[in-house]
Amino acid sequence: MKRLSRYRRHRFAGPVLLVFALFMIGATFSVASANTRLAARVMSRTAAIDEGRQIFLKGCSSCHGLNAEGGKIAPSLIGVGAAAVDFQVGTGRMPMADMSVQAARKKPAYNPDQVAALAAYVASLAPGPAIPDQQVVYYERDGSTAQGGELFRTNCAMCHNFAGQGGALSRGKYAPSLMKATPTQIYEAMITGPQSMPKFGDKIITPSEKLDIIKWIKAAQNEPSLGGASMGRVGPVTEGLLGWILGLGLLVGIAVWLATKAR
Amino acid sequence: MSTGEKVAGSVANYVDERTGAAKWLKKNLTKVFPDHWSFMLGEIALYSFIILLLTGTFLTFWFDPSQREVIYHGSYLPLNGIHMSAAYDSTLHISFDVRGGLLMRQIHHWAALLFMSSIVAHMLRVFFTGAFRKPREFNWIIGIGLLTLGIVEGFLGYSLPDDLLSGTGIRIAEAIIQAIPIVGSYLTFFAFGGPFPGTSFIPRIFTVHVLLLPGIFLALITVHLMLVWYQKHTQYPGPGRTEKNVIGYPLMPVYMAKAGGFFFIVFGISAFLGAVASINPIWLYGPYTPGQISAGSQPDWYMGWLDGLVRMAPPIETHAFHHTISWNILIPGVIVPGIFFTFLALYPFIESWMSNDKREHHLLDRPRNAPNRTALGAFGITFMLVTLANGGNDLIATHFSLSINQITWMSRIGILILPPLAFFVTKRLCLSLQRADRELVLHGKETGRLVRLPHGEFVEVHEPLTDAQAWTLTQHEQLPALELPEVDAHGVLRPGGLRNRFRAKVSRSNAEAIAKPKPDDLKGIEDH
Repeated sequence: MKRLSRYRRHRFAGPVLLVFALFMIGATFSVASANTRLAARVMSRTAAIDEGRQIFLKGCSSCHGLNAEGGKIAPSLIGVGAAAVDFQVGTGRMPMADMSVQAARKKPAYNPDQVAALAAYVASLAPGPAIPDQQVVYYERDGSTAQGGELFRTNCAMCHNFAGQGGALSRGKYAPSLMKATPTQIYEAMITGPQSMPKFGDKIITPSEKLDIIKWIKAAQNEPSLGGASMGRVGPVTEGLLGWILGLGLLVGIAVWLATKAR
Repeated sequence: MSTGEKVAGSVANYVDERTGAAKWLKKNLTKVFPDHWSFMLGEIALYSFIILLLTGTFLTFWFDPSQREVIYHGSYLPLNGIHMSAAYDSTLHISFDVRGGLLMRQIHHWAALLFMSSIVAHMLRVFFTGAFRKPREFNWIIGIGLLTLGIVEGFLGYSLPDDLLSGTGIRIAEAIIQAIPIVGSYLTFFAFGGPFPGTSFIPRIFTVHVLLLPGIFLALITVHLMLVWYQKHTQYPGPGRTEKNVIGYPLMPVYMAKAGGFFFIVFGISAFLGAVASINPIWLYGPYTPGQISAGSQPDWYMGWLDGLVRMAPPIETHAFHHTISWNILIPGVIVPGIFFTFLALYPFIESWMSNDKREHHLLDRPRNAPNRTALGAFGITFMLVTLANGGNDLIATHFSLSINQITWMSRIGILILPPLAFFVTKRLCLSLQRADRELVLHGKETGRLVRLPHGEFVEVHEPLTDAQAWTLTQHEQLPALELPEVDAHGVLRPGGLRNRFRAKVSRSNAEAIAKPKPDDLKGIEDH
């Protein structure tokens, strides 16, 4: 006590005390508010479902029906689960920009909280696959890139291309590029089978194999351009174009120059 | 004379006394070659072939042409622990663990693309200028041989790494061989040493790729160049240039310097492309397994037109006598390319049959002065472009938001409509250009200078061409169409009536031209 009182009149005592007080206020507030949010989440599951229902009625029901039962132009959402909603709405595919062959990835129309509310609402209609964010947390630790590559080439490359750049399907449909997909979205796509994609259930590709695939796709997203400009990673078509235009173009230009200089 | 000159002189004398080289060199080093940029396209092909030999030899030091299964433990971690063939494993080793290996691989592949594209460009130049005419028909055929062998050599080369993309190509090649009626299945078993994929194919195509075909290439290129040497190079028409002379520069020193320099430029551009642009990134494709395939599997461009033909073929099959004939593979994979290359090889003879012109030609045609041939060339190019575009139909679909089905149908219709359309348009364009030439010779160049005559009329002053310019525009021959009457002088039907009628018809089409100005025409205008 004596020691403390000795520093009481130290010239830094004031500022130190002030910083300490500010830290305490901040810490107390954050703990208190986290507690309230946790509490709110637990208490207001019904509130979220309610909010999601409101969003659904405004933004989705004109195609999917007032009770998500589906209609002539859109499928029923009963039983698709939160994972499907999180994938489709979270990647901006839903609501669709237009009724073309396929919903394209775009800027999401709803913020993450609204997406969560919509997912909660659709999940409340009937049981379905939940958002797999707990499953993918450890993909980096538990997945194997090389194994994922084998699985990817066997199950995914025939549509998404060897490097995940996407590819054409029939009648204007396409397998999208995977270069922007997040681990959760990749997992969701595999378990829900959005649009033309088949479902890859846990018996076809086990959860740990799914993590391998996610790890490989993340590696492909960050794959450095070994050997120079990658030219889109779509195979020999761009190589041929470059060979003709730049390669032969330069050589013909130089030949013209050589033949002109001699005169 | 300095000591150095004395030594050099006595060495030269020593060699000459034993080989008689001086006389031969004196004759050949002063040989004259005409100068034009389009005469250097074949040189590009020759130099890229040399680059291919050099870089290819480097690659063989580490490449293991074997389908023995190994487990990869090299530097490229995304494939660590994966089962693959020794061929793929050693290609990864060359790419990532041999110093300069990836650069050499990429130079080799870029040089191969340049080799093929310069052969095609060279062939187009020879075709459009009529350089294949007598006495050069054999050299044309050798050139077509080099082109087809180049396609095969390129295909075998990019198949060697045994990656997922090239394995898919081999699978398609197997299907095309199988589609040949009756012998197809036996031929595939012979080629693969059993059922696909087996373990013998990579070692076999390695021998063909590095030994057999390069040997044939060397022999054919040698004959090709010896014939150019012996028959002398063709030249573009112009004042002072005749069928009997060659106007140009001597081999030594001008052409030696130019050609030597151009070799290093070709090498430099191949190396530049190899250094800055990734080509055939086999580590991304993964090792070949028959159970896997990637979207957008395309071959290199010189095979791309074949792929495009196969992709547009409608699904037609016939079953007869317990035997299936897959017309959807047989027609685009065997019959159409067969017809195309046969026609290409025989074209010099077809043209001389149409015109009955059996004389030697050393002066080149301006493409417009051979409208039928130029139009045929446009037909061929359009045909190739449609097939090539359809070879990339899936990439066109994804990158331009189109439906692959629509593109396929557009190609099916386009392949029938566009080449004849190109023929027609090109022929009309050539005739129009001939008309413009005639106009130019008769009335001179428009100067844009307007003069008002005393009575008020405005006229534009035309400046007459120089004699040299007029010569260049009027030196060409215009052969009349063949007269092949159905009856002879005695009114008796001649044999081969239908054949003669057909020949007369194509001959008329071949001879179609705008009459070039004659001296009388010019005189008439001057009198006027």
